[in-house]
This record gives sequence, C-alpha cells and structure tokens, in this order.
Amino acid sequence: MASAVSKLHRTVTDPVVRPRALRDPLWLRVTLMTVAFLFLAGFLLLPLVSVFAEAFRRGIGAYFASFNDADGWHALRLTLLTAAIAVPANLVFGVAAAWCVAKFEFPGKSLLITLIDLPFAVSPVISGLIYVLVFGAHGWFGPWLDAHDIKIIFAVPGIVLATIFVTFPFIARELIPLMQAQGKDEEYAAITLGASGWQTFRRVTLPNIKWGLFYGVILCNARAMGEFGAVSVVSGHIRGVTNTLPLHVEILYNEYQFVGAFAAASLLALLALATLVLKSVVEWAHARHHG
Amino acid sequence: MFSRHRSVIPGFGLSLGFTLTYLSLIVLVPLAAAFLKASGLTWPEFVEAVASPRVIASYKLTFGASFAAGVVNAVFGLAVAWVLVRYPFPGRRIVDALVDLPFALPTAVAGIALTAIYAPNGWVGQWLEPHGIKIAYTPTGVFIALTFVGLPFVVRTLQPVIEEIEPELEEAAATLGASRLQTILRVVFPPLLPALLTGFAMAFARALGEYGSVVFISGNMPMRTEITPLLIVTKLEQYDTAGATAIATVMLAVSFTLLLGINLLQKWSRRHQTA
Repeated sequence: MASAVSKLHRTVTDPVVRPRALRDPLWLRVTLMTVAFLFLAGFLLLPLVSVFAEAFRRGIGAYFASFNDADGWHALRLTLLTAAIAVPANLVFGVAAAWCVAKFEFPGKSLLITLIDLPFAVSPVISGLIYVLVFGAHGWFGPWLDAHDIKIIFAVPGIVLATIFVTFPFIARELIPLMQAQGKDEEYAAITLGASGWQTFRRVTLPNIKWGLFYGVILCNARAMGEFGAVSVVSGHIRGVTNTLPLHVEILYNEYQFVGAFAAASLLALLALATLVLKSVVEWAHARHHG
Repeated sequence: MFSRHRSVIPGFGLSLGFTLTYLSLIVLVPLAAAFLKASGLTWPEFVEAVASPRVIASYKLTFGASFAAGVVNAVFGLAVAWVLVRYPFPGRRIVDALVDLPFALPTAVAGIALTAIYAPNGWVGQWLEPHGIKIAYTPTGVFIALTFVGLPFVVRTLQPVIEEIEPELEEAAATLGASRLQTILRVVFPPLLPALLTGFAMAFARALGEYGSVVFISGNMPMRTEITPLLIVTKLEQYDTAGATAIATVMLAVSFTLLLGINLLQKWSRRHQTA
C-alpha cells in the first residue's frame, strides 16, 4: 500500500505547453490551482511551519536551553539505535526476497508478495499488541522469559521488534519491481562466464539496484525513527530507559512543556525534510540512469 | 512453475528460505498469536468485548471520520494531481515533493502541530472560537488529523494515470466539437475513476488504523472522541489483554478485507490503463 509513495518506477515528466484546443480554460485553471494550493497550504505547510513557530515561541535561548535534557538525549540515542538495527535487518530481507521473487519461478509467488505487504495494512497499535501477546507477561513465552530473566516487552528488544514489523515491507517493495523489470539476463551472462554467485551479486546486480536500495533505505529509516503507535504499546514509557524521541515528545507535551516538546519535534521535522530532499535527489539520479 | 532444469543462477534455496523464515518470525507468527488469543474467549465474552456501547461508539467515530477524510482527499487530491501533472508553474517540483510530507513526518509531530493550530488559542482555532466552532478535542479534530495522514494516497495513485492519458483521445474529442469541459468530464474523467477509488480506499484504510496524529487532537473522551486504536491501548493499559485482542481481531479482519479489495481495484485500474 505504501508503494503509493514510491515514484521510482515511473518516469516523471514536466508538463508541456499544450495546443490551445487541449488547454483547460483560464477560469478552470485558476479555480483548480487556487483550490489545490489552499488545500496544500492548509494541510501541509501550516502544520510544518507551526512546529518551528511553537519551538521558537519563547525565543532562540529557550529553544536551545530545552536541549539540556538528559532524558531527551537518551531518547535520541535509543531512536538512532533502533533504526540502526531495524533498517539493516529489513535491508537484508529486502534483498533476499527480491532475489528469489525476481530471479526464479515458483508456485505461490504472488501470495508471497501479498504477505510481504501485510504489515502496511495493520494498525500501528496492533503491530505493538501482537508482540505483547507473544512476549508479554501473559503471552506465549512470557513465563519462560520471566524465568530466564529476559525482558523483551517494556524493554529495548520489544521496541526494535515492533519497529522492524512496521518498516518490514519498505525495502522489499522497492526492490521487487525493480529487479523484476531488470530480468535475469545479466546475471545469467555473468554466471555463464564463470563468475561465482557472490561475485555476480556484487558486481552485476548491486550496481543495477543501488538507487532502489538507497531509496528503500531512506523511506524505511524515516518510518523507523518516527514510529509512535507500535513503539508506544511495547515500550512502557520508562523515562531515560525505553523512551524513543517520538515518545519523549508525547511525554513533554503531556507535561505542558510545550517548548521542549516542539523543540524535540523540530528535530523529527528536520529529519522528515531531509528525507523528502534525499528522496527527490534519488528519484532524479535514478531517472538519469534509467531514463 | 518448477522447471525440470535447475536455473544456473544460484541462491534460490538460500534466499527463499531466509525470506520465508524472516516473514514467519516477524509477521505471520505474531499475527497468528492475536487470532489464537481471541479464539480463547467464549462467544458471549467476545461479543461483550467487541460490541459494548463504548466500543460501538469508537467504531462509529473511526469509520465515519476515516470515510469523510477519504472523501475530502479524493476531491482535493484529484485537483492537486491534475494541477501537478498538467499545469506548468514555478516551484512545481518542490510542491510535488511536499505532498509526501505526511509519510515522512512522524505522526506524533503531526499530532501536536495540528493540535497547536486548531486549539482555541491556536493560529486557526482563535478565529473559529468566537463563532462557537470547536475543532480540537471534537470529532472534527479527528477528521482533520485523518485527512492529513491520508493526503498523499489519492495524489500519488492518480498522477501516473493522468500522465498516461493519450493526448489523441482529447484531440479526437476536440476535433469532434466537444468543449474542453465536456472533454474533461466525458473523456478524461471516466478512465481515472478506478485509480481515484484505489486512492480513496488506501487513504480510508490508513486512517482506520491511525493513532499517533489523532490522540493529541481528539481529547480522547469515551463515547465521544475515542477512536478504536486508542481503545485498544486503553484496554491494554488496564490489563484487559483479552478485550484489547478481541477488538484488534475485528480491526485486522476489516484491514485485510480492505487490502484484498485494494489489490482487486489495482488490477481493475491497470486493465483500464492498458485497454
């Protein structure tokens, strides 16, 4: 479903000036553009601007003073750690899934692709809940984990697992159509000429899919660092221990520390903007290579 | 199908084996846990958990607000997609990139930003307050947040379809004497319909499960502004795991049905495009 975000698999063309008969009448153009711009300004630009406006409401000094917060720094470190585990895990999975789907024929292939998409259809809250049912105190492995003093729920492993679940399809969904479109002729040629499987992957496949790979990693990382609902259910909200940056934003907000909440939120908004810029750059680079 | 000759390309067993193991451990087994847990309830217990008045009220709000947000996104998303594909204007690429903001911006950030804007003392809220219009902490606030998260879906599903409309069709209509408006309504619009429905269904499905952007602006009053995902969290915090799981299975069943419907819509949409 979130493959809707991906613009890598189509060529984006600039609008061309059309002959008069195929041009929309002026009143229609003006109306549609006004409606579209007002809608985007109200629903996209306004929230984005307000994050920074609220963060700087009491001045630059108060903004930077709010970063003097040990729990906030811990939350940031946990968010980075979570993404540093979840993204590579899903990267390896994405490459493996795309390799078997694109290079081989086997029964049940389309079912496999649908199953890979499942996490997109699951509410973030339920994504957290299912791990509570498996590893929580009353879950399947709860008593066993308790006996061996292993904590997953209300601890870092649960946060990582829930994050892996919600970002599960991102990289696979980029690579599968890309590798399917590229076919297997080049790999076939490399193998026939005596290259080993690993050499073929590294020297033939990887250069072909690098932009798709990078694109998937960008989208996956943005979601991994920003996830709220799933992580909220499994984290237990222990300050300075199991709070990620989005959860820390919630805690500060609920304690009426608005400058602190929006200052932390401004970091996440900068991450979102960086994601959008990188995404556009990769789309441009990919189109130049394959256009 | 399996061919008699083994493929020369190596790694089939390894890649498929890893894919299936990882898929099962991360996705399939935990999801199965939810359904097994719910099946441990007796039927009257299950009905009590998923159909008490408070839960029914949350369904009404969640489905109603998600539907309204989907409709608004369909109408305005169509206008945005049309403008982005057809009208050259300076800064078009920046506006185009900005459409993905709801995917990139963490939901909690969107939640507190929207609350700040629509609260009675916020940028928009302060102008509505004197007229007795309240948005934050009402069902309208839920609708606003869900419109934000669903915004990219309709635009992104429509853009490639609008790009692929063959100019010959529009030319033919113009040559045969149709006005531009007639051409748009009778020639251009009908092939867009499957994609428009797909985008609507995706926005609707996404809105049903949304949590982070809604909990701040909704105020979370039981029977009035409590969405179903929040109710699941509340039950879990009260150690009513069975109740939370029962509601979750209802929502999962709805989500999977929608996923299936969206897949069918996409097939229909592709047939339309290539026809």
